Amino acid sequence: MLTTILFYVFAAMLVGASIGVVLSRNPVHAALFLVLAFFESAALWLLLEAEFLGIVLVLVYVGAVMVLFLFVIMMLDVDLEELRAGLTRYAPLGALVAGIMIAEIAYVVWARHLGLNFPVDAPLPPEHYSNVHALGTILYTDYMLPFQLAAVVLLIAIVAAIALTMRHRPGYKRQDVSAQVAVRRNDRLRIVKVDAEKYQ
Amino acid sequence: MIGLPHFLLLAGVLFSIAVAGIFLNRKNVIVLLMCIELMLLAVNFNFIAFSHWLGDIHGQVFVFFILTVAAAESAIGLAILVVLFRERKSINVENLDTMRG
Repeated sequence: MLTTILFYVFAAMLVGASIGVVLSRNPVHAALFLVLAFFESAALWLLLEAEFLGIVLVLVYVGAVMVLFLFVIMMLDVDLEELRAGLTRYAPLGALVAGIMIAEIAYVVWARHLGLNFPVDAPLPPEHYSNVHALGTILYTDYMLPFQLAAVVLLIAIVAAIALTMRHRPGYKRQDVSAQVAVRRNDRLRIVKVDAEKYQ
Repeated sequence: MIGLPHFLLLAGVLFSIAVAGIFLNRKNVIVLLMCIELMLLAVNFNFIAFSHWLGDIHGQVFVFFILTVAAAESAIGLAILVVLFRERKSINVENLDTMRG
């Protein structure tokens, strides 16, 4: 009973927050609504006994990705009015597409006569079950190589983000090693023949 | 009693709202990126719900990898956005037609 109430509360707030993301006029408000949506999702994942992923969602998404979003939004001086133009123009189309998708998904999910058999009761986990322990065990044995590859993906993301945003300002004094190594003697040194002066 | 269909329907509603957001905010690249994050969240909901009701933890491993890739994607996307704004002084999608796409 308590689970049902919690599910409906969190689900309603999640849907409300995502509608806020879509409709809010200010990108900062949209980002904060997205933070709320991530929090609600983390709570729902905790209801589903995925504790580790719920915590990771809050730590990684709310703590890192959304802060990055807010940094970028506040760093860019964006003309909001221009970006908001055409919102009402596409509103009927967007609402139509979303309505059709929701209706189709609801039909498939709720239509019992299609022959879909959803598992009714979740299997009970064994005693002393730890989600983090189970996830870590499988991640470091069966998924060892994908786990390492995920680390490489993150490294590439870091390198790419820095390489993209690094800016070389003109007049900025910094050492250029390749230019230093490539220098020839003639660039630096000029030998001048000077006639010896005669003593008068 | 909350069952698997409840969570699947919630994920579907979330995904549809994100799709509608892409239609509505088709000029603002930042909000487009946020809508993509919402879509990935909806997909993760499906994975975790099935993982719970089938008693199979492999679904949670996939959510872990999706979170990793989504974090990398948003970092690179925002970096591209910053470079774009530096070049064009705008993040309007309609101004980004250099490649005639």
